Amino acid sequence: MPYIANTDADRSEMLRAIGCFSFDQMWEKCGVTEARPHFNLPSGLSEYEVICHFRKLAAANAVHLVNFMGGGYYDHLIPAAVGELAGRSEFYTAYTPYQAEASQGTLQAIFEYQSMICRLTQMEVSNASLYDGGSALFEAMMMAVRVTKRRKAVVSGAVSPIYRKMLEDYSRNLDVELVTIPAGADGGSDPAAVAAAIDDDTAAMLVQYPNFFGHVEEWSSAIETAQSHGALAVASCYPIALAALKTPGEMGFDVVTGEGQSLGISLSFGGPYLGFMAVREKLMRKMPGRLVGRTVDRMGRTGFVLTLQTREQHIRREAATSNICSNENLCALSALIYLSLMGKNGLVEVAQMCQSNAVFCRDELLKISGVEAVGPGAFFNEFVVRLPMDAAEVAGRMIDKGYAAGFPLGRYYHGRENELLIALTEKRTREEIKGFVNAMEAALWN
Amino acid sequence: MELIFDCSRPGRRGSSIPKLRLPAASAVPENLRRKVPAELPELSQLDVVRHFTRLSQLNYGVDGNFYPLGSCTMKYNPKFHEEIARMPGFAELHPLLPQLRRGGALTQGALAVVYGVQTLLSELTGFAEATTQPMAGAHGELTGVMMIAAYFRHRGESARKVMLIPDAAHGTNPASASMAGFQIRVVATDGDGNVDLEDLRKKLGDDVAGLMLTCPNTLGLFDWHVREVCEMVHAAGGLCYCDGANFNAIIGRLRPGDLGFDVMHVNLHKTFATPHGGGGPGSGPVAVKEFLRPFLPISRVVKRADGTFYLAYDFPESIGYIAPFYGNFSVLLKAYAYMLTLGREGFIRVGENAVLNANYIQAHLRDVLDLKYDRLCMHECVLSAKRLVAKGIHALDLSKGMIDEKIHPPTMYFPMIVPEALMIEPTETESRETLDQFIAALRKVVAMADTAPEQLHAAPVSTPVSRLDETQAARKPDLSA
Repeated sequence: MPYIANTDADRSEMLRAIGCFSFDQMWEKCGVTEARPHFNLPSGLSEYEVICHFRKLAAANAVHLVNFMGGGYYDHLIPAAVGELAGRSEFYTAYTPYQAEASQGTLQAIFEYQSMICRLTQMEVSNASLYDGGSALFEAMMMAVRVTKRRKAVVSGAVSPIYRKMLEDYSRNLDVELVTIPAGADGGSDPAAVAAAIDDDTAAMLVQYPNFFGHVEEWSSAIETAQSHGALAVASCYPIALAALKTPGEMGFDVVTGEGQSLGISLSFGGPYLGFMAVREKLMRKMPGRLVGRTVDRMGRTGFVLTLQTREQHIRREAATSNICSNENLCALSALIYLSLMGKNGLVEVAQMCQSNAVFCRDELLKISGVEAVGPGAFFNEFVVRLPMDAAEVAGRMIDKGYAAGFPLGRYYHGRENELLIALTEKRTREEIKGFVNAMEAALWN
Repeated sequence: MELIFDCSRPGRRGSSIPKLRLPAASAVPENLRRKVPAELPELSQLDVVRHFTRLSQLNYGVDGNFYPLGSCTMKYNPKFHEEIARMPGFAELHPLLPQLRRGGALTQGALAVVYGVQTLLSELTGFAEATTQPMAGAHGELTGVMMIAAYFRHRGESARKVMLIPDAAHGTNPASASMAGFQIRVVATDGDGNVDLEDLRKKLGDDVAGLMLTCPNTLGLFDWHVREVCEMVHAAGGLCYCDGANFNAIIGRLRPGDLGFDVMHVNLHKTFATPHGGGGPGSGPVAVKEFLRPFLPISRVVKRADGTFYLAYDFPESIGYIAPFYGNFSVLLKAYAYMLTLGREGFIRVGENAVLNANYIQAHLRDVLDLKYDRLCMHECVLSAKRLVAKGIHALDLSKGMIDEKIHPPTMYFPMIVPEALMIEPTETESRETLDQFIAALRKVVAMADTAPEQLHAAPVSTPVSRLDETQAARKPDLSA
């Protein structure tokens, strides 16, 4: 069914109204004279048939696994109110708020979202969101290149390998040089080594906090070094962790980006997610993406508008700060609703539970013969253990036991084949963790 | 309306989380802990529900009103698509799962969806293969032009540094080409609204990598010379990129691949009925001809002879990762559901009804507004309000007047080559009665230019706020609370 209202009788009359006898004549007058090609497509199905088909497809995916896998994408609780409210069709069937007076719902929500991101990161200006954490980090790098008029970016090797691949691939046609400082054997970012690579030609220092291996590290000194050379210090952050960690704003970063999926957005096999970006006020007019500002109407009433649009592609075209023409608006709305529901204390409790679960799980795993700690043990909810055998093989065995056990690092890091990256969220119960540890022991030794 | 922060009262809670049954512990060193909690609001769950319900009521959406925003294809978004996207078998699936050993077997349903979208899109557009990774239309443009750059680099023709873009193009085209390292050279539009072939001939050369052309074009017209344009670009050694923002006009009627284009993006949130979400998430898959396949992003979903699917990464010429994973997957789910519902016969009817509806509007408004290019339009018509300027009325005033008629205004001031432009795209899902109401409303508003111009200048008056002070917003930015 193509959801077309007009009947054949309507269409005949409408065709006459536009001066045509038939659709063929209409096409011809439009300049479309080619014969219609044969489309090798299936016949249409009813709603029920399509739903049944998708039920079968959904059943062919494993969601019975107890999840201990993160790698930048986390299995957090999502209150039902998030989906119910963001699922109101006044929100999701609207488009970009070009007509402000008719779009105050979307505009005020974005303004509140921007405010929440600023409060969480302790930064001054947030945009309305970007596609995802990886593209947000790339956009931050390019902003630094524009601001500093330099072309070198110093990247910590402990930034997500997925993000680093995106940086590299996106930059291939651009005059940008990426200098990667390898992570230490313990998975540390080695802030001193990163700082040492920064010179007067450096546009940006790009790091992750906590880093890909879960380490929580002090960046203040490296940030000072970067800034003393005139480079921008950029962090990619895990927003749930920011409820518990010294904020990137306090640490001194110039630009804070990250993946906002953990804020009430389902994993959904890779998207849509939420790239966030917040900056110091001095960078406001240089940042990419939409911005919503508060202003007044003719009666002096408060209202909200898209603002500082001269940065954007529809005005500046090839000289714009980015080609982005949308935001991940519904995901930003979900994050806003999530943060409103969690509130000041709820988010702290979520972060506390993630940490307690992670500490307990790691302690229990390290009791298994042959399982070793990797790194100094300063982490939020994700950590690496070294197994006495290939971690990819162990993860495979754990799937058979009902667990997504973590991410085997050998996929992206040679020499780390026995290491497994494990993440805990507030969803995991004591019993699940115990069961996981027992299954791990059995997978290794039985 | 009050900001959510103003509704906060200390001690209120909006959610319950499980009780911690383990000793409270932290592995974060003392000096790296947050000392003061983020100032998030404290609200009851009902407070939160009321706040966002009321905010939603300040919006216009397709479900409530006709939304003829040109170039945006605001068609009906079928409800059951939302139910499909919420199925736990999709919503709870971790994207790294197929990267685990034997993990591919655990995501066969999801990979089948990605493959299904790739395959059906390729068939509808006339290309060899598609990638679902791009997360929006502009992101698709970037992906497409990055493939063009990679193709010329591979051929040792890196001197091809120029992308040709018509003057009527969306701003994303030059911005995307620039992000892929290209310089922009603008091509003029001729008096009929087609690419100016003489100008194109002048602008072509051995430094040209290609042409980005919207088809049908941004004037809502089908370029009579589109095949010739593609041939000219090819003869000069360049490639042709089709911006599929307007694909809804020709879907089921023509395949851009057959017209001579080499690479194309489609907007699933336009042509394939996935919701616009107030500005995103979108999805902008890109389809390519056979010779560009090696350059597609990785990972690629491949079908084995036994009908199962796997992710393939070993394509040395690939432009690499455009998205962290497989694109905006839950948008793909909705688009796939739409494709399966419509089927062959359904798609044939989409294009013809979209074009019929737009021409019906054009035919009933052309006497009160100006038509720069006097010909049948495709899925949208572009009218000009220039004759009202002498009366002090602009496209902006008509738009604001339409808001008081409870109809979302058309796109205004685009394309830039039409003065005082109003770009109207009804889509195929609107009924004749809705179109008649719109026509009557716009005619009424146009007539007000004579009868009540001051009322148009004051519009809208029926909304929660009247016209907002954009100058102050830009001069003294107030971007967070």
